[in-house]
Amino acid sequence: MAAYKVYLTVWGVLLVLTGVTVAVSYLSLGLWNAAAALTIASVKAVLVALYFMHLRYEIKLVLGFAVFPFLILGLILAGTLVDAIYR
Amino acid sequence: MTDEPENHKGAPVSARLGIWAFLATELLLFGGLFTAYAQFRITHGDLFHQEHLKLNRLLGAANTVVLLTSSLTIAIGIAAIRRGLQRLLQICLSLTLALALGFLFIKYLEWSEDFSRGFYASTNLFFGLYFMMTGLHGLHVLGGMAVMIWLLLRARRGAFNEEYSTPVEITGLYWHFVDIVWIYLFPLLYLVG
Amino acid sequence: MVDEAGTTSAAERRDYLSEKGWRSWALTMDHKRIGVLYIWTTLGFFLVGGVLALLLRLKLLVPGPAFFSDHTYNVLFTMHGAMMIFLFVIPAIPSSLGNFFIPLLIGCRDVAFPRLNLFSYWIFVAGILVTIGSLVAPMDTGWTFYTPYSAKTSAAVTTLSLGLFFIGMSSILTGVNFIVTIHTMRAPGMTWYRMPLFIWGMYATSIIQVLSTPVIGITFILLAAERVFGVGIFDPAKGGDPLLFQHFFWFYSHPVVYVMILPAMGIVSEVVPVFSRKPIFGYKAIAYSALAIAFIGFLVWGHHMFVSGMSTVAGVIFSFLTFFVAVPTGIKIFNWIATLYRGSITFESPMLYALTFIFLFIIGGLTGLFLGSMATDVHVHDTYFLVAHFHYTMMGGTVMGLFAGLHYWFPKMSGRMLNEGWAKSAWWLIVTGFNVTFFPMFILGMQGMPRRYAEYPAKYQPLNVIATVGSWFLAVGIVIMFANFIKSLRNGPIAPANPWQGLTLEWQTSSPPPEENFHEIPTVTDWPYSYGNKSEAQRDR
Repeated sequence: MAAYKVYLTVWGVLLVLTGVTVAVSYLSLGLWNAAAALTIASVKAVLVALYFMHLRYEIKLVLGFAVFPFLILGLILAGTLVDAIYR
Repeated sequence: MTDEPENHKGAPVSARLGIWAFLATELLLFGGLFTAYAQFRITHGDLFHQEHLKLNRLLGAANTVVLLTSSLTIAIGIAAIRRGLQRLLQICLSLTLALALGFLFIKYLEWSEDFSRGFYASTNLFFGLYFMMTGLHGLHVLGGMAVMIWLLLRARRGAFNEEYSTPVEITGLYWHFVDIVWIYLFPLLYLVG
Repeated sequence: MVDEAGTTSAAERRDYLSEKGWRSWALTMDHKRIGVLYIWTTLGFFLVGGVLALLLRLKLLVPGPAFFSDHTYNVLFTMHGAMMIFLFVIPAIPSSLGNFFIPLLIGCRDVAFPRLNLFSYWIFVAGILVTIGSLVAPMDTGWTFYTPYSAKTSAAVTTLSLGLFFIGMSSILTGVNFIVTIHTMRAPGMTWYRMPLFIWGMYATSIIQVLSTPVIGITFILLAAERVFGVGIFDPAKGGDPLLFQHFFWFYSHPVVYVMILPAMGIVSEVVPVFSRKPIFGYKAIAYSALAIAFIGFLVWGHHMFVSGMSTVAGVIFSFLTFFVAVPTGIKIFNWIATLYRGSITFESPMLYALTFIFLFIIGGLTGLFLGSMATDVHVHDTYFLVAHFHYTMMGGTVMGLFAGLHYWFPKMSGRMLNEGWAKSAWWLIVTGFNVTFFPMFILGMQGMPRRYAEYPAKYQPLNVIATVGSWFLAVGIVIMFANFIKSLRNGPIAPANPWQGLTLEWQTSSPPPEENFHEIPTVTDWPYSYGNKSEAQRDR
């Protein structure tokens, strides 16, 4: 069935990405280590959200509920870090 | 955006809105911890770098694979019950539970090792955050397991079918969220500390 | 389809109050009963918090030691603050009037998740019991529980963290319930722009509840972890940062003041048109300003931390952003006043409280500007100026809005009318007492009297005496108001379905409503503010 195939494919990609992120972590790239790790993690998270959590097929309202909280999370990160950095 | 590759009834929009609103609260709950992590990683970069090497990268990676697979099994289970395949749902729920238990077991191995080496939440900032973040995450895994046990019991009594699978779908969404939290925890704590 | 009072005998008329027995209340899934449970609970703690306030004011009659120790004073103001904020002001309108009236105002039979609603009440109660237990243990941290003191003191802070975590869960679940209800359960024909403004206010409130409360949740978890497991993220000795606690604490506690005020503003938006017999001026502006206040409220929390050691850069940014919240607030006030202009105004008790809200909130809001401006805040932070500001906004604002709502909707909830004479006497005492109590505090703060001090230099005594005397008038007024509620519940005149000739849907069903809210779900064809002249109603939409 199409659904099972999609899930298995996504799962396969997620495993590969996990392998990549672990491999990259053994290299010494300075600041790029963190950037690479977070980027790969975000790709994985988006895949889980789009396919396992069905956001790819959801109505806009539900998408809004899923995305908007990240904006608020960004606010607490920004405000706290601006203070910490400039103290 | 609305072409699903399957024919189903699905949970009503109110249930989906409700669970996503609840997941927003979970995002902000863990978000506080991620904020603390971000701040201290900036102000105590060397400590984080030095301490994170004390974590077991391979066990962490294994746990990532375990949790990703558990997301797969519950997704398959939901797809199954949308086709009325009650037996397959039960198998998938059991597999998800087993994998979750496996996750907690690996966590137990890691934590006992940390304790035996004298690393506790009070040891330093890094380990304080490490235990808080993985601990809170572990509690959420436990909570998810409790709900899934209840779902499995209901499933065995035939409560779910192609017309009605809302509780399973809702739980699935929660479970994927728990997986996503780990997807970020793993690199941040184990790989780039 | 209006139920006419008097055509059937009281014994034959079944409504949501008919079923008796403690189980029908304790296990109810009827949003109206749950609302009533919350009303009694939150008002009960309002009275307890009020008694604590009277004790504080009693001590402050005298500059030096008197009546009880300074430590007891610290415990009393901690209890007063924590109980008033977490057990009363935050849940009062949303969980009581919100629960009762959201389904009625949008024309449906209950909230989206009735079982969750019942659960949210009982977890509120569990939280209350744990919280009070820890407060009386005793607790002297102040309601803000700042580290390092809260992390190190022997007071029952860990228990308190658990209690407040439960109360926060109640708030979150209520918010989730309301958001989904408003999105999915409006009556046929009720588009977003035909919703009553109380619903817009409650929608914005619920968004704040859902997105901000988890942050105080993690704050309490971390505080407990600090105490129990020795985690050091707030402890400078371990490299931690006590300001991080304040960031987390205020990231919730600032938006929560908008949780307190937005429902009250919603009530004012309902009451003013009814008692001016005029359509609300600027419906969309009021609706969108509620959302704007909710959003801007998330940007400004650092203005509580100007003198805490926070970086000046962050301080400047937060101060700048703080000014923006005055804009949507001002828009609302302008629109209410424009609604009053050339209206046929009558001064029944709901309207008296609504007008009081507008007047007192203007004062409270304007004084916020001095606090939000970083330079002047250095002078008035943590003085009585601040105490006056938040009492003008929380009591002059939210509590007056709550009183307006209670008087407005009392007939609908109980099927009885309040005694207007008693209501007006109570109102006079409350408004006079409130201003005599709190206005002098602005002056005391400017003169430098700090908050949370049991003893003070003698030069501050005269204004403190005035404030205490004011508190006695305020107390008597509140007692009369509550006596009016009790008396009228027992033998007030039977209320008609629509005593105020309102146009919102709750008035289209009987007083009290039947358990299913409406015999037939209405179809909505117009917005609920078409008072007076028809062409005016069209023009102002």
